[in-house]
Amino acid sequence: MTAVTDHGPAADRARARSAAARGPGSRRRLRTPWRTRLEILFFVTPALVLFAVFLVVPVVQAGRYSLYDWNGLGPMDDFVGLANYASALGNEVFRGAVGHNLTIVVLSILIQLPLGLGIALLLNREIRGRTALRVIIFVPYVLAEVVASVVWFMLLQPNGAIDALLESIGLGGVVQLWLGDPDVALYTVMVVLTWKYLGLAVILMLAGLQGVPEELYEAAQIDGASWWQVQRRIAVPLLSPTIRTWVFLSMIGSLQQFDMVWILTAGGPANSTTTMATYLISQGTDRSLYGYASAVAVLLFGISFVLAALYQTFVLRPRSERRPETEVGR
Amino acid sequence: MTRRTFSGGNPAVYAIALVVVAVTLGPVIYAVLGGFRSNAQLASDPVGMPDPWVWSNYAGVLTSGSFWRYALNSTVIAIVTTAVGSLFGVMAAYPLARYRFRGREALFGIFTLGLLFPITVAIIPLFLMVRDLQLDNSFWGVALPQAAFALPLTIVILRPFLAALPTEIEEAALIDGATRVGFFWRILLPLSGPGLVTVGVLAFVASWNAYLLPLLILNDPVAKTLPLGVADFSTEHAADTAGVLAFTSLAMIPALVFFLVMERRIVNGLQGAVKG
Repeated sequence: MTAVTDHGPAADRARARSAAARGPGSRRRLRTPWRTRLEILFFVTPALVLFAVFLVVPVVQAGRYSLYDWNGLGPMDDFVGLANYASALGNEVFRGAVGHNLTIVVLSILIQLPLGLGIALLLNREIRGRTALRVIIFVPYVLAEVVASVVWFMLLQPNGAIDALLESIGLGGVVQLWLGDPDVALYTVMVVLTWKYLGLAVILMLAGLQGVPEELYEAAQIDGASWWQVQRRIAVPLLSPTIRTWVFLSMIGSLQQFDMVWILTAGGPANSTTTMATYLISQGTDRSLYGYASAVAVLLFGISFVLAALYQTFVLRPRSERRPETEVGR
Repeated sequence: MTRRTFSGGNPAVYAIALVVVAVTLGPVIYAVLGGFRSNAQLASDPVGMPDPWVWSNYAGVLTSGSFWRYALNSTVIAIVTTAVGSLFGVMAAYPLARYRFRGREALFGIFTLGLLFPITVAIIPLFLMVRDLQLDNSFWGVALPQAAFALPLTIVILRPFLAALPTEIEEAALIDGATRVGFFWRILLPLSGPGLVTVGVLAFVASWNAYLLPLLILNDPVAKTLPLGVADFSTEHAADTAGVLAFTSLAMIPALVFFLVMERRIVNGLQGAVKG
């Protein structure tokens, strides 16, 4: 504990005064002196006001709007209870969006985890140009989602660079309407998402690997373990806290996905790539269904929260409590 | 850190690394080179090299004025977001880290709860509120909400950082007659430089790349940011692939330069954010 509040002449005097006023032994003796309180207020108020006005109030308002049928203009007086929730849950496009989000969650983990892990283990060896490689692999993550999406949109156009590339290596047969075919579009989006976010997985796992003690590798090598055995028996198990955290981040990000889908497909074709967030925006701002869109926002939050809580309870917490010694990199 | 144990790579390792680099940088290089080609070149051979090199796409973007305005708007908004978020954040983190008072953990808990709420959840009320405050099309309308949503992470990162600064400095300053506010400005703020840079970089990058909030708040072309500009340009000039690639490539440059300069900070910040 580093609190130093009770040092300093002014604070001491103030504390003596308030203590004297209440008498010794009073439970209230440790009450924060007024002077300190003013200081705390001075420091905390700006952040608290900003936080309340632009975060807490809008979040609460979203909950309130969701109970009304409201187009954003005029008085909000058409209270409809949970009707907006009922119609969202009964809406095929919304249910499709939930499905797409869950698909993105699952595919992100299934694709990026092995790829990210493999690349991180690879980059953790002493190879020439390793530093440059680490920077390069992180480049897509730093580019704005919009910028990355526009480039990919261009690449994926019919007769565009991807098609030409596939034809030049003899794979002309697989050429599709990458973003225009409802059966293919979501998987195309997945490829772009993988390109964009793989760097984050690699960087986090590399950071985790930095925490693996050198001696473990040396000991294993003396015992005659191969590179592969060392990775499988030492590096990967010790990396599991990092992996679990990354899965958590990836899950939440996948559920919130908006920018890239909006630019690449705007949810189309035929709603085949709609996510909860793109659905929310198209219902809210394009059609002015603010009450309904708010219900979708609350559902989006609810689904994220439940998944996060489940993950927290069943995956993040139990192991780290049982085996704190494996908390590498903390 | 060096790993002497398993040194070197065999050709297979280098081959894989090369594939990774090609896939990672391919789209970026395609965009940059594509900007140097004509639409006819792009249509006849989508993956070739520029032949001849065409400079007019880039020249057109750089002389259009709108690119510079978008870039300036993005810069102003990102700076305001970073300044407000970091200043308010470090101010709030200070008592949360170094004062002992009732309700401290509850207050910290309230801020950390903000981590749970992505901007998507609040976007509709936020949009209406900014409109009612007549902040739409102003950079405050984007920067203030972004700063508010940056606060939780800022405070979560800065609190342990400030708590780790030695107590003796503070005692010495107070004995020398500094007020706590004076101590904060003159001693603590300079000392927390490294932590502030980390949270500042994260807030700056998030603001620079943001799309959803600016999309709703900034309708006036004069007020738009770079991501909005890229999206608009690509739809308005859909037929001019080379022009769009030039515009998009130029829009990448500030982010890439910033990243190369701040690489360590960005990576450390993300790792810190993950480790809590």
